[in-house]
Parts: sequence; structure tokens; C-alpha cells
Amino acid sequence: MNRRILRQALPFLTLAVVLAATFYVQPRTMSYFGLNLMLQYAVPIALATIAQMFIITVNDLDLSTGPFVGLVSCVGATLLFENPALGIIALLALIAVYGAIGALIHIRNLPSIVVTLGLSFVWLGIAVMILPSPGGKAPDWLKALMTVQTPIVPFPIIAAVVIGVMVHLALMLSSYGVIARGAGGNPKALSRAGWSMLNTKVVMYMLAGFFGVLSGLALLGLTTSGDAHVADRYTLYSIAGVILGGGEFIGGRVSPLGAVVGALTLALAGSFLIFLKISPDWQIGAQGAILIVVLALRALVTYGEQKR
Amino acid sequence: MIGKLLRQPWVFSFGAAIAVWLATIAYTGGQGAGAILTAAFSFATFTIIVGLGQMMVITTGPGNVDLSIPATITLAGVVAMKVMDEDTGRMLIGIVAALGAATLVGIFNYGLIRLLRIPPIIATLSSSFLVLSTAISYGRGIRIKPPEPLAEFATMQVLGIPIMAFAVLAVSVGMALVLSRTVYGRSVLAVGQNSRAAWLAGLNVGRTRFLTYVLSAFLAGVCGILLSGFSRGAALNMGEEFLLASIATVVIGGTSVAGGRANVPGIWGAALFMYLLVTMLNTFGASAGIRLILTGLMIIGVIVAAGGDEQR
Repeated sequence: MNRRILRQALPFLTLAVVLAATFYVQPRTMSYFGLNLMLQYAVPIALATIAQMFIITVNDLDLSTGPFVGLVSCVGATLLFENPALGIIALLALIAVYGAIGALIHIRNLPSIVVTLGLSFVWLGIAVMILPSPGGKAPDWLKALMTVQTPIVPFPIIAAVVIGVMVHLALMLSSYGVIARGAGGNPKALSRAGWSMLNTKVVMYMLAGFFGVLSGLALLGLTTSGDAHVADRYTLYSIAGVILGGGEFIGGRVSPLGAVVGALTLALAGSFLIFLKISPDWQIGAQGAILIVVLALRALVTYGEQKR
Repeated sequence: MIGKLLRQPWVFSFGAAIAVWLATIAYTGGQGAGAILTAAFSFATFTIIVGLGQMMVITTGPGNVDLSIPATITLAGVVAMKVMDEDTGRMLIGIVAALGAATLVGIFNYGLIRLLRIPPIIATLSSSFLVLSTAISYGRGIRIKPPEPLAEFATMQVLGIPIMAFAVLAVSVGMALVLSRTVYGRSVLAVGQNSRAAWLAGLNVGRTRFLTYVLSAFLAGVCGILLSGFSRGAALNMGEEFLLASIATVVIGGTSVAGGRANVPGIWGAALFMYLLVTMLNTFGASAGIRLILTGLMIIGVIVAAGGDEQR
């Protein structure tokens, strides 16, 4: 088989294998209800992964994704619930801050890892000030949206497909998407061709902020109350999701569909391990092992490709 | 002379540390100035040990970072406590076992990076999951105290300065010499600046990276043993805070994230700064939220002031 196609199909094959394994271990999950339950938390993870993907597209890395999602859930459970207009303004302000950080990183040529590391403390601090302990209430429309019963196909699957396809169209097929990815591939060439790297970076950071907000709201709709620490693991999940989906850290090589699939795989792997009745001690370890196996497969495929 | 000194990247971190310390003792009216420094040297030493390892890893080039440090610290602490089993006579074999376990983690990390050709961030992240699970499973419900000599060494002071700080100072000087005087250290810098050029010049790039990841894991192991001596036992979350701390100290200390430029003194300045900052905010009576926000803004502020990399 053509190895290029094989490599691109790998994230999807991985998902299929994990799904099949889950069905095999626990056949009862092979139902509308079962899939809905297993995959509902995949929606916020997928949105956070897309957010991370925009940052990785321009060769940066966002270490503040998790705390940011937590902060959004706190804002959503307090401000947005009590005063929708003010809540929306606050969320828009957060997106604007993301854009400003992108500008700062570009203008001063700063390492994104350090800046977003600092930023993660800031997000967490604000979130702790808004909600010192978990609480607040999710707006009703958000709860209704996240628990909607769609006909035949469960909502999380529809949501994942819609998110993946829309971002794919925007980033992979539009002309602006080409420039955005080019900013990761060869920033010098693009700026010599007259494109503003500053603009591109700000736009990509704001998109990351936007999808971070969506992720936080989706998570809030599921948990129904805000918690500053609810998404601490999302930073690592989102990075792993992008890479599982075939993305690379440098060169603007990313895949939105792959990223969503990567996020689904990670979420599903969690359920799979619970069904396997692995000792809780080894839950995290098994997740690491799955990650390693998938990447080993990719290495095998890519290795063959290079040799030819 | 002074101009040249000011251009040194580590001057920023020491300046920030001193400024924060002065602000704290100005607030308390000079009270506890010495005690604060003693505590700062105690806690900063742990960050410095792992910071040195992280510095070497980051220096080997863009994308190189060791995320398995916290898990390795925990594993080493758990193994050390369990093998020593509160028995002074078994201290040596406990130390050897813990450092051996840590070294294996380093070898495993590099094996993943090399054989699977995956980015170090993902490789060390995945392996950290495995390592943490091993530590949890092996150390199930441990409440073992460290043998007395280990606890004593980790907490002993001379003239208000912890003995450990002197030991770590010696290690730091050694690391600086390794970087500037040995083939290995020079190779790390060369590989970090341009791994292809280094390879064409005949350097063994693979071996350099291998040694670096093993060194980082080894130092995390040292940190784990000392930390469990210092805090009277190992805990499964004992490594947690060192993930962000190790990266932050390296970069605030003036080591280039693009690789190829390391800075040992900066790590001391940055580690002291990070600890003194939290102390200052505690002294001012700031709430947890304010403390977090200001810590974050300070990290961003220092990196903005120190500036990014001119080269690139």
C-alpha cells in the first residue's frame, strides 16, 4: 500500500482499533447510549486539541491550555450564568489577551513555552479568585446543548465530525490557511513575500483562545459546575492529541481531522482501560503505553517511506 | 567591565532574586532576613539539581526537553525509601538502587526518542506515565522514614547555609567545567547549535544526546533521594512541582531554548528568585489567587526583560 496514504490513515486506524477493542471487552458499549457516555468528554478534549493545534501550526507550544480551559469553566459558571452580557465580554477579553500574547511572543521573539508557562499561573490565579472552590452553575442552554439527544448518531460523534471538518476546511483548503501553515513552514519566505507574520501569529493565537473558550464551555455543560482545576490534564492531552493525529511540532505540519481523531482516541483509551479492569496503579502507565505503541507504528510506516 | 557584566544573561535572574529579597525584608523591617535566605537555599537546591539536568537537555537543541523529571524524582524517592527501609546500614544500597532506577529511565527515554523517532516532549511524557505507574505500584501505601544520616545530611546547616547547598554548588561548578572543558560538554553545545554541522564535523550526536538524557534522569534521581531525606519520606506527588520549576529556572536563568547556549549560574539565580518570590507574596499576605497571578506575571516579565534569542 502507498505509505503516504497509510501514514495519513494511521490516526483513523488507531481509533478504529481502540474502538474495536473496547467493543470486544465490553460489548454493551456498542450502542447509542454506550457511545454517548464514553465519548461525551471527548468533545471538550477535541476542542482543546484544536486550540493547541493552532499554536503548534506556527511552531509554538501552549503550556497554558489546561488552566485556560479551567478558567473559562469558572467564568462560565459564574459571570456567564449571572449576567450573560458581562460573561460574553469577559470571554472575548480572554481571547483578546491570547492575541496580545501572540503579538508579544512574535515582537520580542520570546520562547512560547516560557511565556505560556507564566500564563498558566495567571489563568489559574484568576480562576481561583473567581471560584476558590468548585461551584457555580452552568447556564441551562449549555447543559441542554451538551446533553442533546440527536437521532441515530450520538451527539459527541456529530460534534467531533463537525469540528474536525470545519477546521479542516478553514486551515487546509482556504488560502489563508495555507499562509498560516506557511508561517510554521518557512516564516522568512512568507514575510519576504509580503505577508505580515505578526498578523498571522495574532490570528492563530486568537483562534487558539477561541477554541479554548469553546472547550471550557463544552466541559462546563457536562460538569454543570465550574472548577479551576477541572482541566489541568488538558495541556498534556491536547499536545498528545495533536501528535497522535499526525501533527508535527515544527514546520506547520498539522491535521485538524487527525487532531480530533487523536483526541477521541485518547478519551476512548481511558474508557477502554477502565473496562479492562487494570489495577488503578497502572491506569496512567497503560495510557503511556498506548501512546508509545501508536507512535511506534507511525515510526515504522514513516521509516519505510524515507527508505524508498 | 560593568557593561560586559550586565550583558550576561544570568545577571537578570540574580538581580530579580535580590530585588525580591530586599522587598520582603523592607516589608518586615529587616526581620527574618537570614532565615528567609536559609530557607531559600534549602528549597532552591532541589530545583537547581534538576534544573542542571534540564539545562543540558534543553541545550541539545530545539524540541529537547525532559518531562519525565517529576516521575523520576518520585520513583527514586520511593525506591530509596523502600530499599533502605529505615536501616542506616542499607543506605548505600538504597542510593545505588534509586540512582540505578533513575538511570534506567534515562536510557528508556532516549531509546524511545531514538528508536521511535518521536519528539522528546512526547517520548518523555509517555515514559513519565509508565514511570509514575511503576512508582505508585511499587510504593503502595509507603510511610517509610529515611535513615537518620540521610535526613541529617539533607537538613544540616553551617552558618545558616544548608550543607546541601555547598554540595550542589560543587556539582554546579563541576557541570560548568564539563560544559566548557570536556569533549562531552562541548559536543552538547555544538549539537544544540546545529546538530547536522556537529555530525558532519565528526561528533557522535547520538551518544551526546544519550548521555544527556541519562544525566538528566540521574540528577532527578539524586533530587528524589535528597528530597525524601529532607521531607522525611517519599510521597507519590513529591515530584509534581518540579516539572514547571525545572523548565522555568533554566529559561529564566538565561539558557537559550533554541539550544546551544547553557548558563549554570543563571539556574542558581532563577531558582532563588522563584522561591523568594513566593516568600515575598506570602509575607505580603497575598491570597492564593494573587500569588499565582503575580508568579505568572513575574515569569513573563523576566523573560520579556531578558529578551528572546537574537539568533534564529
